[in-house]
Amino acid sequence: MDKREKLLEILSPVLAVVAAFLVGGIFILIIGQNPLFIYGKLFSGTLGNPYGIAQVLFKATPLIFTGLAVAFAFRAGLFNIGAQGQLYMGAFLTAYLGFTLVNLPGFILIPLCILGGMIGGALWAAIPGILKAKRGAHEVITTIMMNFIALALTNYLVARHFHAPETVHTQAIAFSARIPRLSTIFPGLSGSPLNYSIFLALLACFIIYYILWKTSLGYELRAVGLNPFAAEYGGINIARSTILAMAISGALAGLVGVNYVMGYKYYFEQGFSGGVGFMGIAVALLGRNNPIGVILAALLFGLLSFGGLVINAYVPKELVDILQAIVIIFVIASSRPFREYLMRLKKRTLARGEQG
Amino acid sequence: MWQSVFSLVMVTLTIKISIPYILAAIGGTFSERGGVINIGLEGMILNGAFCAVLATWYTGNAWAGVVAAVIGGVLTALIHAVVSIRYKADQIISGVAINLFAIGITKFILKMVFHSSSNSERVVGLPFWKIPVINKVPVIDTIFSTPLILLTLIIIVASHIIIFKTSFGLRLRSCGEHPQAADTLGVKVNLMRYAGVLISGGLAGLGGAWLSLDQHQFTDGMSGGRGFIALAAMIFGKWTPLGATGAALLFGFAEALQIQLQSAGVKIPTQFIQMIPYLLTIIVLTSAIGRAVPPAADGKPYEK
Repeated sequence: MDKREKLLEILSPVLAVVAAFLVGGIFILIIGQNPLFIYGKLFSGTLGNPYGIAQVLFKATPLIFTGLAVAFAFRAGLFNIGAQGQLYMGAFLTAYLGFTLVNLPGFILIPLCILGGMIGGALWAAIPGILKAKRGAHEVITTIMMNFIALALTNYLVARHFHAPETVHTQAIAFSARIPRLSTIFPGLSGSPLNYSIFLALLACFIIYYILWKTSLGYELRAVGLNPFAAEYGGINIARSTILAMAISGALAGLVGVNYVMGYKYYFEQGFSGGVGFMGIAVALLGRNNPIGVILAALLFGLLSFGGLVINAYVPKELVDILQAIVIIFVIASSRPFREYLMRLKKRTLARGEQG
Repeated sequence: MWQSVFSLVMVTLTIKISIPYILAAIGGTFSERGGVINIGLEGMILNGAFCAVLATWYTGNAWAGVVAAVIGGVLTALIHAVVSIRYKADQIISGVAINLFAIGITKFILKMVFHSSSNSERVVGLPFWKIPVINKVPVIDTIFSTPLILLTLIIIVASHIIIFKTSFGLRLRSCGEHPQAADTLGVKVNLMRYAGVLISGGLAGLGGAWLSLDQHQFTDGMSGGRGFIALAAMIFGKWTPLGATGAALLFGFAEALQIQLQSAGVKIPTQFIQMIPYLLTIIVLTSAIGRAVPPAADGKPYEK
């Protein structure tokens, strides 16, 4: 990759975001508001005070997990649309361990619950991996189907077996399974459920970076992602790497429950995650399937997500949903023309070189 | 209990539930036969449902709503078409973005026009046609007295003929199987793909109109995953209009069964019946016999 390509890699998402904000501005104008005022509110309400920043980080935490999940699978040549289902399975298992093993001390129960979330997500994601590896079923379709099955299954488990009386959510997890909020150390953040999960998310980014670029496993997975035929010829077991990549991806998605179940509500309920599984696709895309990119993209989407609530007094908060969709559309629509432009530039430079 | 399961009520209930699945699944068939994956059916249904109510509310005429739903679906599909055909972008991500966009825009306008975040005001629905003689025959009566069901019936037959018996259909399918070969023979690949995607949007939009006009209002997120069930029906039906219809009816039957069993007091967890379409789709994608195989060039942008 030369310098121009790297620049483009960074520039094109940034331009897409700017363009999306311009289109969003038109929406704001149509409903008779001042875009500059609304956007001013959006940024001052989110980044202008400690509580706002904490909320942005809180909203970004699950997006880092799902974005990383999608990005990791993508590096291995797999399209994991199933983060939504995987995080449901993971979060349920996290909660289940949390309200069942109530007598365990925190230093055992907390890691156990986190591990449970990873295992729940990993097993759920491994199924499409196995179906792809053994039967050639396309993972996009199977993961979509698995999302709905997970939704129905957890719904059944909660509604029929594990709901707390008179509620639609599970019992609360043990106190020893709860992750402290950051407001316990920084009183300025009080009111925000931002908790230590954010550090787990950052750690996950580092570990995934390490696995992908510093281990032979990562090398294998990336080789399969770039060219499965060449990788197989080179002696890599495609079936194994497909299943493994899906499982790791699912384990990452399964960590979403840590933020919500262990750090925020302390129980599992249907619909707890909103659409973070699908937003993970956008985060991975915007972050160029790179762990650091994923963090930045998750922060942006977290900012928009909380920002919607800030501006809700002036414009419907769904403005940010529209903005997010437009960002995705612009990023994917512009990637091709950008690349072609780069090719033309390269050719011109080459031609000039020949003349000189 | 078995009487209530195999009653005429059950048949009409199955048909009514299946209509949006059938329409969107046939839509998906058009799109994917042309070589463009359409995960955005869900969003197209949602936008169609909303446009139907919006236009009906402004004009007082439900037919205007039907037309608006088709237009809304087509316009939504146009975004998907331009992004994935003109700009050769990833079709799956584009579809996901379309779904997010539809959720946002419908709720945004819902709040602006109806000042509610949950539902629109009530609108008139489509009329019921009273046809002599036929209206004495159950089931047949439902089909012929409900305009959109009759229209769906026509669409099913027409789609089968268009896709498998006309030169348009042959061209469309050739673009989904082997676009290079089609191009060599003078078929305008991108044009055909636009046609496939836009038709899918129109049909999904019509499915949305059925949903919202049947309930006389739009409720937030009322597509409720139907686009994905339609996607499953399209695969289960092996990318053919008749197969998709059969699959959609099967899925609709499962849902109707769930409703009937529940009212009969049978304690089968509804969630397991909800899983049926998705489980069947996974099975048909992976089974050794009768395996579903998508069009060869499905999802791949055409490079000259």
